[in-house]
Amino acid sequence: MSATGYETVIGLEVHVHLKTESKLFCRCPVRYGEEPNHQVCPVCLALPGALPVVNAHAVELAVRMGLAVGGTVNPRSVFARKNYFYPDLPKGYQISQFEDPLVTGGEVEIEVDGGARRVRLTRIHMEEDAGKSVHGDWERGNESHMDLNRAGTPLIEVVSEPELRSAAEATAFLRALRGILRYVGASDADMEKGQMRCDVNLSLRPSGREGSDAYGTRTETKNLNSFRSVEGAVRAETARQAEVLDDGGEVVQATMLFDPGTGRTHLMRVKENSDDYRYFPDPDLIPLQIEPVRIEEARGTLPELPERKRRRFQEEHGLSESDARTLTESLALADFFEAAASRGPVRSVANWLVRDVLALLKGRKGEIEQTALRPEALAALVALVDAGRVTASSAREVLRELLERGGDPEVLVRERGLEAVSDGGLLEAAADEVLAANPEMAERYRGGDGKVVNFLMGQVMKRTQGKADPGAVREILIRRLEG
Amino acid sequence: MATTPLGTVSELRSALDAGETTSVALLEQSLARAVELDLHAMLQLRADAARAEARAADERRAAGDVRSPLDGIPIALKDNISQDGEPCGCASRILEGYVSPYDATASARLREAGAVVIGRTNMDEFAMGSSTEHSAYGPTRNPWDRERAPGGSSGGSAAAVAAGIVPLAFGSDTGGSIRQPAALCGVVGVKPSYGRVSRYGLVAFASSLDQIGPLARTSADAALGLEVVAGPDPRDSTALPDPVPRYRDGLDGDVSGLVIGLPREYFVEEGVDPGALACVRAAVAELEAAGAKTREVSLPHTQFAIATYYLVANAEASSNLSRFDGVRYGRRAPEFADLSELYRRTRSEGFGAEVKRRILLGTYVLSAGYYDAYYRKAQQVRTLIRRDLESAFSGCDLLATPTAPDPAFRIGERSGDPLRMYLSDVYTVSASLAGAAGVSTPCGFAGGLPVGLQLLAPPLGEAVMLRAADAYERRTEWHARRPPEVS
Amino acid sequence: MSRITRVEVERMAGLARLSLADEEAERLTGELDTILDYVDALARVDTVGVEPTAHPMPLATPLRQDRAEPGLAPDAALRNAPDAAGTTFRVPKVIEGGEA
Repeated sequence: MSATGYETVIGLEVHVHLKTESKLFCRCPVRYGEEPNHQVCPVCLALPGALPVVNAHAVELAVRMGLAVGGTVNPRSVFARKNYFYPDLPKGYQISQFEDPLVTGGEVEIEVDGGARRVRLTRIHMEEDAGKSVHGDWERGNESHMDLNRAGTPLIEVVSEPELRSAAEATAFLRALRGILRYVGASDADMEKGQMRCDVNLSLRPSGREGSDAYGTRTETKNLNSFRSVEGAVRAETARQAEVLDDGGEVVQATMLFDPGTGRTHLMRVKENSDDYRYFPDPDLIPLQIEPVRIEEARGTLPELPERKRRRFQEEHGLSESDARTLTESLALADFFEAAASRGPVRSVANWLVRDVLALLKGRKGEIEQTALRPEALAALVALVDAGRVTASSAREVLRELLERGGDPEVLVRERGLEAVSDGGLLEAAADEVLAANPEMAERYRGGDGKVVNFLMGQVMKRTQGKADPGAVREILIRRLEG
Repeated sequence: MATTPLGTVSELRSALDAGETTSVALLEQSLARAVELDLHAMLQLRADAARAEARAADERRAAGDVRSPLDGIPIALKDNISQDGEPCGCASRILEGYVSPYDATASARLREAGAVVIGRTNMDEFAMGSSTEHSAYGPTRNPWDRERAPGGSSGGSAAAVAAGIVPLAFGSDTGGSIRQPAALCGVVGVKPSYGRVSRYGLVAFASSLDQIGPLARTSADAALGLEVVAGPDPRDSTALPDPVPRYRDGLDGDVSGLVIGLPREYFVEEGVDPGALACVRAAVAELEAAGAKTREVSLPHTQFAIATYYLVANAEASSNLSRFDGVRYGRRAPEFADLSELYRRTRSEGFGAEVKRRILLGTYVLSAGYYDAYYRKAQQVRTLIRRDLESAFSGCDLLATPTAPDPAFRIGERSGDPLRMYLSDVYTVSASLAGAAGVSTPCGFAGGLPVGLQLLAPPLGEAVMLRAADAYERRTEWHARRPPEVS
Repeated sequence: MSRITRVEVERMAGLARLSLADEEAERLTGELDTILDYVDALARVDTVGVEPTAHPMPLATPLRQDRAEPGLAPDAALRNAPDAAGTTFRVPKVIEGGEA
């Protein structure tokens, strides 16, 4: 998969479902996982005589996204018909935007290997999704079955300039884009649910031509629905094209498919000049006009975006880049962090969130805002730990409870008797018992094996049901061992 | 003759109000007449459902709960206007078996008003034609001469009104498809301003041109029909938001002071039947006698209107007709080896020759390399044609022209010559391209066949247009003439 | 000189998913040629700087509130299907990503 001697040139076309209640041109609900053709109406079934009417919220979300990436939101854009036949495309054309898209320009900041870089966007336009083939009991080998529930779901297509140079950059772009989409509330951008799909345009050119605008012949690998498959497709297609060129061949302009099973791309269809979509302005829809004042209003309601927030977290709160990145992955988490950090020790709050809270959330497959945990409760709990009044392991137990049912950590600690044992007499007695039961440990310590302290500490903690203040225990043990 | 023609809506309503007849009786008369005359104006009658509706209308009337002036009046709808639970076939094989699960906005409003739809009227397939000969189910006959075409594409609706089967029918007009058959059948036909009537549920031919409109015996009845179906509709992005005036209230017979423009390019002798032109000139004189002022105006791009219209309309049509693919509804070809063949066979077997010709032309003018030369060019000329009309209307209230170049032609006479047929729309397409309103009202006879006077108004000028047409009808008897009963 | 060739007519038929019999393709080529010859008159019109009219009324498209409503009941959605399987529309095998 190396492509020595070539530079990989990648442009992405990312299709993103907008987070609306109803479809782009009709009132059918947008829901996932419903029975086939249970969310359809005359409009999205393309019954004779049915007509489209644009969903205002979809436009709003697309505008927000355009502003968030610093693009120009065009006060006038035009819906156009892209004509082709496919059984998942009920009208025989897709309503999209062609000559006059909603957004032109913009950029997305990506970071790869510690270096930050801006990737320019060509455009963002609105369009409707198609239906899909489904599989069922009735299936036979030579048929397909069409479900049009998805037909008419609002999409934006984000088109990047061919400025990405590797699989890592491509996925970094997608991650950054996903972050922005989520921040502005435009989409959940869940690739598993098909809410974000990606086409990869890729070509190679000999190294040393960097910065020139001469490109090789490109291929388009379609419909990639995970970060992993984007990465795989880029690597596979880079390798394939390099091999073709190395053998003195020519890359043919084509549409490719990526097979995640084999990790290879294969030819779906050669692009011919006969790809003739006959775009023209949709006469059922008058041009979309957005007053400049509305655009400015929308700009005023944009949240701080992930990259800027991450940098601020590093500068303002002294977080590591990695923690700052984790905490800015979702707006809800970032907001939670800031709310908790304003009431408690910042670094500890960050540590607890990144290490413990997120681990617990992963097990629950939920988001922080769906739990009973409140920022002030986390702050209070962390403060208890820092003050030595609760041990870390007791605090984890309290945290579980807070996630499930919420409450006041102070009260929970008291009710459950989880206050840390720092009573010198009690701890010394426990330490003595442990040392007496493990005489060989003292030997090993004197022999230079410092790690036995950890073992002995564990034993003391066990005897105190984890409530012993670890600092105090360590101090006592060392005093005894040294003495 | 066993049956007699139904009167106008106003006459029928008076009779209902006076208790001289019932909706059920009117319906039976209408149904019997449709069967007896056998003009093939109706593709299908919905006798049972209509009877139930007529009974319900009679009950409402008995209870003093009359919904509207159309309550209990039998009407007919063109086969491209969707009615919930009824077939909607556009006189095409490809929609064989299709039953609409929803109402067009116009259908819903007529239902709401209590009108009783007797059935669907014949048309040129997908409204593509000017003679109703391009119906997959055979031509409609002109009640004035069974050997002649009623015009089209709303030929079934025009013939049904002319023959007294119904007092009011609805058609659709894309380039003249209401006005031209109205003229050829001797009835009144109104093409509203673009966007005045919702297109929701009207099967699209050319979306930027199509309009539903009424055909009736008088402009007063047409005004009533228009009032019921017109108005804003949240389901049609191109429907105009403006409220609908009560057109009937403005019908005071007064045209004094109205300025009527006479487009120089429409009154040349070439390409028009001299008898028909004479009728139109006489009609203009009648309006002048009634107090209207006339002045010559110019629409310099008239000679390009037909070409522009055919490019724009067929480009849109080629895309609008892509949904007929045999996947979700309609007739699917019985035999196919794969998906590609399913499409090709379904569409080749399902569409008639004229429709295929237009799909091909429309596909061609949108295709790479020809878009600018044809489609974009046509859209630019459309702008010039619109400006011509705007400029003409800046100096006058209405324009008066012939509706069609000739009276009804013989069935089969023009079907071998598409271009000649297209020229039937020469006087009507400019208003369509400009989104203007138009009405055709009977203004005499040439060779024993009806001739229409077309009055055009700027967008949303229906009120003054209907006032003038009604005033003309009050001074003349042409609209009251009935076809000789055919045996 | 003809304006449209038989080959082009057949390419258009392909795009429009129509099959034309030999004689039909021949006839249509002639007819379309006549029509194109007629519409070519537009080339004489000076349209430099003229905005195209896609739509006769200069309005902005209306926007609808994002409120979901139930659509058709599944049996109503499928009732017209030439061939249904479960609540899906059955068609011959679709080649993934390919055009039909």
